This record gives sequence, structure tokens and C-alpha cells, in this order.
Amino acid sequence: MSSRDKILNAIAANQPDLVAPPTIDLDTVISYEDNYTQFKKVLEGIGGKVELLSDIAILNNQIQKDKASGQLVINMIDDVDKQIVMLTSFELEKLEKVYLRATLGVAENGSVWLYESQMGNRLLPFICQHLMLVIHKKDIVTTMHHAYQQIDIAKEGFGVFIAGPSKTADIEQSLVIGAHGARTATIYVVE
Amino acid sequence: MTPKHADLAEQFITDEPRTNWHDETLWFVREKRDKAVHGIPEWEDLREWGSQIKNHSLSNLSQYLKEFEEKATANGIQIHWAATGEEHNQIIHKIIQKNNIQRIVKSKSMLTEECHLNDYLEHRGIEVVDSDLGERIVQFRKEAPSHIVLPAIHLKKQDVSETFHEHLNTEKGNNDPQYLTEAARGHLRDKFVESELSITGVNFAIAETGGFVVCTNEGNADMGAHSAAVHIACMGFEKIIPKAEHLAVFLRLLARSATGQPITTFSSHFQKPRDGQEMHIVIVDNGRSTQLGREDFRNSLKCIRCAACFNTCPVYRRSGGHSYHTSTAGPIGSILNPNLDMKANSDLPFASTLCGSCTNVCPVKINIHEQLWKWRQEIVKNGYVDTTKKIGMNGMAVLFSYPAIYRLTGKIGRWVMRVVPFITNNQLNPWYKQREMPKPPKESFRDWYKKNGNSQKN
Repeated sequence: MSSRDKILNAIAANQPDLVAPPTIDLDTVISYEDNYTQFKKVLEGIGGKVELLSDIAILNNQIQKDKASGQLVINMIDDVDKQIVMLTSFELEKLEKVYLRATLGVAENGSVWLYESQMGNRLLPFICQHLMLVIHKKDIVTTMHHAYQQIDIAKEGFGVFIAGPSKTADIEQSLVIGAHGARTATIYVVE
Repeated sequence: MTPKHADLAEQFITDEPRTNWHDETLWFVREKRDKAVHGIPEWEDLREWGSQIKNHSLSNLSQYLKEFEEKATANGIQIHWAATGEEHNQIIHKIIQKNNIQRIVKSKSMLTEECHLNDYLEHRGIEVVDSDLGERIVQFRKEAPSHIVLPAIHLKKQDVSETFHEHLNTEKGNNDPQYLTEAARGHLRDKFVESELSITGVNFAIAETGGFVVCTNEGNADMGAHSAAVHIACMGFEKIIPKAEHLAVFLRLLARSATGQPITTFSSHFQKPRDGQEMHIVIVDNGRSTQLGREDFRNSLKCIRCAACFNTCPVYRRSGGHSYHTSTAGPIGSILNPNLDMKANSDLPFASTLCGSCTNVCPVKINIHEQLWKWRQEIVKNGYVDTTKKIGMNGMAVLFSYPAIYRLTGKIGRWVMRVVPFITNNQLNPWYKQREMPKPPKESFRDWYKKNGNSQKN
């Protein structure tokens, strides 16, 4: 018998009688007076930055300046550049800044959801030195339950919740920002 | 023979300041957990939902695994099944050979530790680079992780500095965590960029979608998985949950219980391989189906590996992870490991005060301390306890069955401790270790009650 059948048979023989899954009552979960304020507070508490923008056009100036600096900067806010999909990890290792649009933010934990299509290349949000994400204020939901109601994790090949910059506390519990991935994470919230 | 917990713990506590530091560091993490939990008014509901989702998953596990396999395969992921740790290693070795791969990075996976994958591959001339910072530190030192979430929690920054000076040529005596982390960042980035194969664990596998979630703070699993041409994810079969919406419950519970963070920095949802990439999932049994059949211990398969039970455990905090001589230490490890090898791990269920703190913090409500107590009974029944403990226990059984003997022994005991204290206050008496013996009262409580009990009633 194959290991597959052996394992599945053993599980079928040993698993307990069927019990029902729980009913998750969203009326009992936390709510906030203002999701944006909560989102900002939590994200700043875990090392991220939040900037409120009245108009996304304000960002364009900054992106132009960044691009002129001579460092590798990728802007995917409005358009996904097909070239970027093909870049290798060797090429992306030099990536200084990346600007990406994200789907939604979560007030309870300061995380932001990104679909693969918003990254273009799965490596972008991880390998860059500085991560810039854009969301709309109305797209900040209260909890993870609300987030999963709005996203479809099976829609694309990959997706991720990101909460602030890469970090570690593996050396004597001292928090160090910038472990392998982004050293800073800025979330631009457009009103 | 495997060294025993008590002996290893004795070695650990010879350095008293370090023991105290270890204790305080973990308690600090436990306090962070409490703070995070208090911010969520529905925390107890969340625990209950988490527990019930896991109960439901276990009760329909064979179906969910088949569903997962079908969906994942349709998404272009190759599924493998490993009945044992050895088979898990063989499967991975075959994929490495088939693709003729030299450069491998691994993100922290306790399952690969459980299966001793690194050793297995090393014996076949293949080197694996662990990419989690803590894991890399212990790998350089040729040690095992001492904690499932904080692998290098037993080390001080001076230790890390010395290790990095030796292996990464960092400045001698520079103990700054920022500086040391930067050195590891540079070193590991090279490894990620060059990697041909990446091995990760799985935090949650979703039957409904055939995808899986990996949670890290450093982003190392992603750096590896998205760089390499081949990605292998290894999971114990109990990682299955029914639906995507259930992830909400577990992602809310996991990081808060583990480190007090509201969520891990990266919660990555893998659904399909990227274009041109090969993706494999190895589903491992290695004793889990046996545990599923043990009604008393089945609950342990609900564990989501947050290590909250470690951080709160008064024994773990003062004995260190290595004293548990197994890949998963702490209270939950003491339930899981006797299932794998009851004889070799017969000491572990006794490495607990049964205070119940582990049970109180468990995000999926595993009755940890009750299971530890049940394992003790199993182990005694199977004859795997020390002779001294066996004699002691049998003696106690006699003592408590005959009140006259109990009273006589008590009398003799009190007399001996009062008149010739050196008979009990010496190194031969294990109860004398690290503590003073109490001053014996003149009379027993029974005698006192006989004298005073009646008069107080009137």
C-alpha cells in the first residue's frame, strides 16, 4: 500500500466522530470608533509609518524625485510593468524602493493585504529596502474576519498580509527592524 | 541512552544568573502576550472558536486531506505523503537529486527538525542554510533550537557575537544586536539570491482552496520561496483547517499568543507556483495518526505551535529548552514526544508542576496539564519509570493505605528531623537540594485536632 493510502486509512480509522464547526458570531467581535485611527496606532506601534494623503497625486512628486536619485525604484501604483515580472532575485537585490497598491488594511493589527497582481513579481515587497504601500481610507476594515470576507485568497497564485517592516528579536529579545526584507514600511492612506 | 530532563536541567541551572535571566526573558514574552490579549475583549470566544474549528477538522481529517490534495494538485502543486520522518527526508532528497540542486535555504520549520532533515542531507553531502536569524545562530553553533518560536532564546548577545565573529568575521566583542543582525542580513541575502531550492514549513493548510499559509516576522520564508526555482513546503497533516474564513481566527490567535504581536509581519498565502516554478508539499504522519487514535492525547494535535505554553511554564523557564532533549520542548512537547517514543521520552511528562498555566494560555484550549498527568499514568503502567520512583510510589501507596503505619511513620519522621536533622538534611535526600527542610511540628495535625477540635465545636 502507498504511504498516502496507509496514512489516510489510519486517519480514517482513528479520527473521532464528526463534530460541527463553530458558528462565528461577528456581532461579538471588537469594533473601533475610527478604523483609520486604530490602524495608524497599531501600525506605528509595530514599526510601520502611516501617512494620510488628501490626493494620490501628491505622491507622484516624491516618486519622480526618488527615480531621479539614481537608485532602483519601482512604481506599480497605476500600472503593472510586465518587465518587472521577469526580473531575477539577483537584479531585484538592488531594489531600493517600491511603490505598490494594496487591497485593504486591517485596523486591529495594522496589516495590509496585497494580491500577487499588485506586486507583479512576488519578490518585490520582500526584497526591497523600503516598502511603500497605498490604500484607500474606506478600505480599512475592523478585524481579520472582515478582511477575509472581502478578499479571495484562491483568486491568484499568491497573496500576503504585511504588517510593518521586516523585523527580528532573535538576539536577546532586542527588537531589530530590517531583518531580511524591508527596513521601512510606509502606508499611504488616501482619503 | 537519552540523557534525562532532570540531569540536563541540573547542568543548565549551575549558572544561576543565566538561569534567572532565561526565566525573566521568557516571562517578559508571556507578559507581552497578556497585554496583547487584553486588547481583544472577545479573546475567550476566539479561543473557543479556534478549539472548535480544530475539533471539527480532526473529526473530518481524512476527507479534508483528500480535498486539499485534489485542489492543490489542480493548482499545479505536487503532493507527497510521508508515513515517517525518514520517508519525508527521502522525498526531499529525491527532489534535490532530480533537479541537481546545490544551494538550499530553509526557513524555520519544526517539522524538518523533528525529522532531522539537516543531518540526513548532510550525511549525503548536501548543505542546507537555515535562514531564520535565531535558527542560523544555533546552526553555526551546531546546536538544536531550544524554543520553537525563539530558537536562540538560551543565548546571550555575547554568545551570538562570538559565533558571528567566528563564522561571519564580525568585529570581536561587538555585542550590538543591530550590528549583528545587519551582518546576518548581508550574509543571508547572498544565500537567498543564489538559492535554487527553498524549504519552508506550513502554518495552516486550507482544504477549501488547496493553498497554505506561512507566517514569519523576518520575511525569510518569502525571500527563499520567491527566489528559488523549487519550493518544498513540509507539513504535519494536522495543519489542515477547513476554510479560508477560519484563517481569521487562527491569525488573530497565533502571534498574540506567541510574542504579543497583533499579527506576524508577513502572513503569506501560497496558492499556486509562480510561472516556471516547481512547488511541492510533503504531508507527514510520523506518529500523528497514532496520537489521533489515543483519545486522551488526541487534543495535542490541535496545537498551532505558538509556544505560549513554553513561555509561561515555570519548569521550562528555569530548565531551558535543551533539557527536553527533543525538537519540540516545553509542555506541548512533553505530550507529543512520548507518542513518538514512550521509553526515550518517559521523563518529559514529569518535567512539570501540573500548575495548569500552560492550559490557561493555550489559544486552542488544549488540556495540556491534564494530558501530562495522563501520560504519567501511561508511563508507570508501561514500566518506564525509574526504579527509585517506582519504589517510592509503591511505598507511598502502602503508607496511605494503612493509617496506623502512616501515623507511626509521621511520628518517627518528626522525631528524626528534630533530634537528628542531619539524617534528612544531606545531599542524599533529593528534597534537600536547593531548599531547606521545614522545621517539623511537635505533633501532627490529627493529634492537634483531637485535642482542640472538640472544644472549638462547643
